[in-house]
Amino acid sequence: MGDAIAVHGLTKQYGDLTAVNSIDFTVPEGKVFAFLGPNGAGKTTTVEILEGLRRRTSGDVKVLGLDPWTDGLELHRKIGVIPQDFRFFEKTTPREAIQYYATLFNVKVDASALLELVALGDKAHANFDVLSGGQKQKLGLALSLVASPTICFLDEPTTGLDPQARRGIWDVIRKLRREGRTVFLTTHYLEEAELLADQVAIINHGTIIAEGSPTQIIRDHGRPERLSVDGPPSLGEFLKKRLDRAVTVTEGHVEVQMRDKSDALVVLQAIESSGLPWTGFATVSDTLEDVFVGLVGKMDDGVLGGAPKP
Amino acid sequence: MNPKRIGADFLVFSRGFVRNPVGLFFSLVFPIILIGLFGLIFSASSSTTVTVYTENLDHNSPLSVDFLSALNNSTYVHIQVVSPVTGQTFASWLAQQGDSVGMIVPAGFQANYTNQTPVNVTLYTDPSDASSGGIAQFVVTGVANSFNLASSHGSPIIGTTNQQVGSQVFKYIDYLVPGLIGFSILTSPMFALVEISSTYRKDHLFRQLSLTPLTKGEWLTAKILWYIVLTIISAAIMIAVGVFVFGADVGFTVGLLPFLVLGPFFFVSLGMLAGSVSRTPESAAVLGNIITFPMMFLSGTFFPVSSFPPGLQAVAHILPLYYVIDGMNQVMLFHNNTRALLDLGVILIGGVVVFVAAIAAFKWRDE
Repeated sequence: MGDAIAVHGLTKQYGDLTAVNSIDFTVPEGKVFAFLGPNGAGKTTTVEILEGLRRRTSGDVKVLGLDPWTDGLELHRKIGVIPQDFRFFEKTTPREAIQYYATLFNVKVDASALLELVALGDKAHANFDVLSGGQKQKLGLALSLVASPTICFLDEPTTGLDPQARRGIWDVIRKLRREGRTVFLTTHYLEEAELLADQVAIINHGTIIAEGSPTQIIRDHGRPERLSVDGPPSLGEFLKKRLDRAVTVTEGHVEVQMRDKSDALVVLQAIESSGLPWTGFATVSDTLEDVFVGLVGKMDDGVLGGAPKP
Repeated sequence: MNPKRIGADFLVFSRGFVRNPVGLFFSLVFPIILIGLFGLIFSASSSTTVTVYTENLDHNSPLSVDFLSALNNSTYVHIQVVSPVTGQTFASWLAQQGDSVGMIVPAGFQANYTNQTPVNVTLYTDPSDASSGGIAQFVVTGVANSFNLASSHGSPIIGTTNQQVGSQVFKYIDYLVPGLIGFSILTSPMFALVEISSTYRKDHLFRQLSLTPLTKGEWLTAKILWYIVLTIISAAIMIAVGVFVFGADVGFTVGLLPFLVLGPFFFVSLGMLAGSVSRTPESAAVLGNIITFPMMFLSGTFFPVSSFPPGLQAVAHILPLYYVIDGMNQVMLFHNNTRALLDLGVILIGGVVVFVAAIAAFKWRDE
């Protein structure tokens, strides 16, 4: 399979500010690609350039072989987009909105089925202005699927949604992937990327700092797997002397870095031989979020999970 | 331009419009309120005759009675004889009554007339009600002259026959109906499109639409079509109110339709242009008002342009709304189709220019 999206040396400048600095990446066809980065890293600028909503300063961008800026009209028949903060005409119902899009794209669409797919069937006849934030976002998702796009661009599709609604959107994303569509996802929720994405790229200060599958990124940029037990600080001291391995002690919690899986036995033996009390043994590995925080450094509030935008 | 896409956008926009009570109120009810208000104000003063409160100090001598009945026969004035005022001047009594025109026929009126000695009737008028005063002055002078002529046994040599300008008599309300239709053709699309252009930008709705096959031209055309529908409905309502409530002598003629189509075409485009060249919603609103307000008053909406001083008439001729209202006057009142066609030509050419400029000026997407 070829690449759905190919980006080479993409740069975007706003006056003196370089928002995106000569980035390269490719998105293979039929995969879920997660594009991550803190606020202001150049994420949305990049997505908007790919969608043909923003003109690039320089570089080569091909989406389905088309230049998004100059071939926008043709491209927009093949891609579906939920922009961040999706808005629509206030006095239009979801069903009417879908029919409107169907006519614009000149396609036949089963509005009820599409609304069921995004779990918005019960709000089919409510005006847009009375929908909740999550319901609005779901309508955005439904509209982006009207023309059965080859690539779906989902810019923070689950921000502000309750856990159940988020899982609903995840199911839709999985379904899109099963149907062979390419999904380009940006998200604040790193576990979402880890769960859904085949490929991840992390952008910071306009530059891509990590790229690959989630496991690959964790392997390349994360710390080794750790064995963790609950025990007194003295246990940590004991292990530091006894084992030639990194040991961290935090509030009744001792973590020992392992060389490989079988290393667990060696570490456990050492713990047991200390004669000190210990409980709750577990192995710990870095999540994508740990790697992300490690790579991007100290985060501003609201960059990661937890703090959805108003 | 794809008619199906225009139709779909028209449907969504019109539904949204109808579901928004405030917008609907301003587009349909506001013109009715306007025509009701102006109709009441101006039809009251033009329909009544001027009442002249009269003291007859000649003790109802036959000649003074003849004189007063001759005035009454003119139909322009109504003589209301009152008993002589005591304790204050006649002028201050009139002012107290809130009446603006009065007359005193002096004692010895008949005797002096018979002796052919000059005698004066005194007319009281209020400068703030110049039209009533003027009518009374004119009628009293005319009747006095005919009595003078009779006294010297002469007969009139120069007579006048009265002909109205145009083929019929026009009342103020007749001018007001096309004027106010023009008013709503101007204000309703201008204010709406200036607002739409800034809110759509703020809510990223243009960006949203740019992701669909809908083009800017199709989008603007759908807005124009909706305002044409709205204009035809509100024009029909205003004509109905004008005709049935105020007795306006105007009709909903076919010749009116081109103006109800090209007028919204022009002003929807102009509103979009004004909204698009402005950087912020605030400056858009200011620019919209700068364009709208002079046109609102100087294009013949409330007063015929021909009643303006020459300088203002020249200004009126550069305002696009003037041609819409003038054209509607030509088809509704004067039946002058040649001039109406000329007006249509001006609006059509102007409309095409503004439409093209608006599409060029407004941005679907960011640079």
